[in-house]
Amino acid sequence: MMPGDNDAQERAEIDASCRGPVLLFFASAVFWLLAGTLFGLVSSLKLHNPYFLLKLPFTDIYLGALNFGRVRPAHLNAVAYGWASVVGLGVCIWLMARLCRVRLRYPGVVCAAGVLWNVGVLSGIISILLGHGTSVEWMEFPSYVTFILFVSYAMISVWAVDMFVHRKPGHVYVSQWYLMAALFWFPWLYGTANILINITPVQGAVEGIVNWWFGHNALGLWFTPIGIASAYYFIPKVIGRPVHSYYLSAFGFWSLALFYSWNGGHHLIGGPIPAWVITASVVASIMMIIPVVVTAINHHMTLRGHFEMLKYSPTLRFVVFGAMSYTLASLQGSSMAIRSVNKITHFTHYTIGHSHLGLYAFYTMIMFGAMYYIVPRLTGSEWRSSVLIKIHFWACAYGIITMVVVLSIGGLIQGFMLNDPKIPFYPNIINATKPYLIGRSVSGIMLTVGHLAFAYHFLLMLVGMGRDSGGPTLFNQPQEENS
Amino acid sequence: MNRLTTLFLGFFVTFLFAWLGLVIIPLISFGQLEPQVNPDTGESYPVVRSGLAERGKQVYQASGCIYCHSQQVRPASGGSDIERGWGPRRTVARDYMYDKPPLLGTSRTGPDLSNIGHRQPSAKWHHQHLYAPQSISPDSIMAPYRYLYETRRIQGAPSPDALELPAPYAPAPGYEVVPTEEAKALVAYLQSLDHTYALPEAPLPKE
Repeated sequence: MMPGDNDAQERAEIDASCRGPVLLFFASAVFWLLAGTLFGLVSSLKLHNPYFLLKLPFTDIYLGALNFGRVRPAHLNAVAYGWASVVGLGVCIWLMARLCRVRLRYPGVVCAAGVLWNVGVLSGIISILLGHGTSVEWMEFPSYVTFILFVSYAMISVWAVDMFVHRKPGHVYVSQWYLMAALFWFPWLYGTANILINITPVQGAVEGIVNWWFGHNALGLWFTPIGIASAYYFIPKVIGRPVHSYYLSAFGFWSLALFYSWNGGHHLIGGPIPAWVITASVVASIMMIIPVVVTAINHHMTLRGHFEMLKYSPTLRFVVFGAMSYTLASLQGSSMAIRSVNKITHFTHYTIGHSHLGLYAFYTMIMFGAMYYIVPRLTGSEWRSSVLIKIHFWACAYGIITMVVVLSIGGLIQGFMLNDPKIPFYPNIINATKPYLIGRSVSGIMLTVGHLAFAYHFLLMLVGMGRDSGGPTLFNQPQEENS
Repeated sequence: MNRLTTLFLGFFVTFLFAWLGLVIIPLISFGQLEPQVNPDTGESYPVVRSGLAERGKQVYQASGCIYCHSQQVRPASGGSDIERGWGPRRTVARDYMYDKPPLLGTSRTGPDLSNIGHRQPSAKWHHQHLYAPQSISPDSIMAPYRYLYETRRIQGAPSPDALELPAPYAPAPGYEVVPTEEAKALVAYLQSLDHTYALPEAPLPKE
């Protein structure tokens, strides 16, 4: 038997051991993606049409659960704790197993943790809709939900650490640092924030700082490491050559660890907290340019000479779109921490554009790419239709670009007008932002189209209707291009 | 960096550093603020909210007002909040010492509410505005909070609480719109939002 056959067999065995839990995480993540999209679209429509869906359809009952103030946090929590966290955990389990070269032991426990997590998110969303949300941004779930999520999270991270401990001897890959770090940091972050805000609340101003330290680092130390770990895995994997520089990988990782964790206070520039807290976070946010640029250079140099593969590989195209958005979102974020810029963008729709550039254009696009790679290896069949993948990619790419551009322009106009006290808030500023709010709804419809195409395609894979034979499903066949 | 302990030590130290700086030190240095008491009059600032207003704060949280309205006034150098009339002075940590959680907010899709109780003291105005924002500001994009009100048939004398609503928003003849307990609490909370008192660290501007 050839050594290569052994490797292939080993990979197949590892994939088989992950099959149940990872597909469970993916399927529930796609459900939350659709739910979150629906909540987002409804919130967006309500923001320029406040009488839209105010009553329970076909009745005369005004329902609190349909009000903007509840659908809006339901959107954030469904996409953050439903979609983004669940798909991230699925990717994390698969990547850890592959990189540690060990089979997932007792997958039933991970499945149970996945079910528990979903029960937590579902009860959290229902609580928000029924008016039990906390109105602490990024932490709207009531504390009993947090407890459920925490137990589930502990089960999953213990399993990931167990894989790491039992890994095959050899080099520890950069993706593993990011994943292990995320699994270690997130419970500390989430635990601290929940204790100080929900369980034994401290005084107001400190809660404000803890809230934004958590809110920013849920992105920076939870979603971002999973996103970067995936980019570091899939870019070299698809193009078939190693990462450009080990040194840059290490430098990028440790500078991120050092600087990202100090972010958060800059969300309260001008707010009621001591200036040194804000300044510390502003400095940390500017320093983030270092890990971001280092990581961008490393990915770019890895890809150099292989850009033509973006035409063919769905995984590569989604992941590279995400990696480039990471650079953009982070540099934009650093610029928004500068006081003179923040004075304009703070409190405006510009910030909403920025958060979607981060969590969607960067993180979500990379997760789509990861799923295009992983799912066929779990179901044993290939994606059925390159047309559906094309619809998914272009609807989401154009959708998110539209959203970010529209919200950035609208937000800047709003910000400049707010800073001119001669311009009345009502009706001038309200009316000036309305066209951009409508534009955001249009972008939301585009994203919805992409998500529906993806969800349908994923469902086909799940019920065994993928393609049986042949190579991976590509956007275009390379040989046709050559002829 | 192939050893688990080395890696974890790095994770631990980098995060511990930030945790101490952004959580523990703020907690020690301004997590135990005391109210400002005037020794002559015995007045204490910030004012402790009434029970009804405190329940109203919960309604504010349940209704997601924070997603469009901030409650913080930036200093004159940091924006036009003061010139806009949203407050006479910047807000400071002590203003929020009783707020668990503080509802600082990050969005000004609607105006800041730090001093809405001072700017708009009328309960009648708030009820009409919550029930039908567009009856007061036709171009407003604020969500109507109809579910906090009850439309019912008038039995006997009309309720003294009934809202006075202009034409398209008024209920059918023989009906009246009255606030629920939640709406009354919410309005009491909005009326309590008033940071126009002076603190040593945030004096009022000279007249």
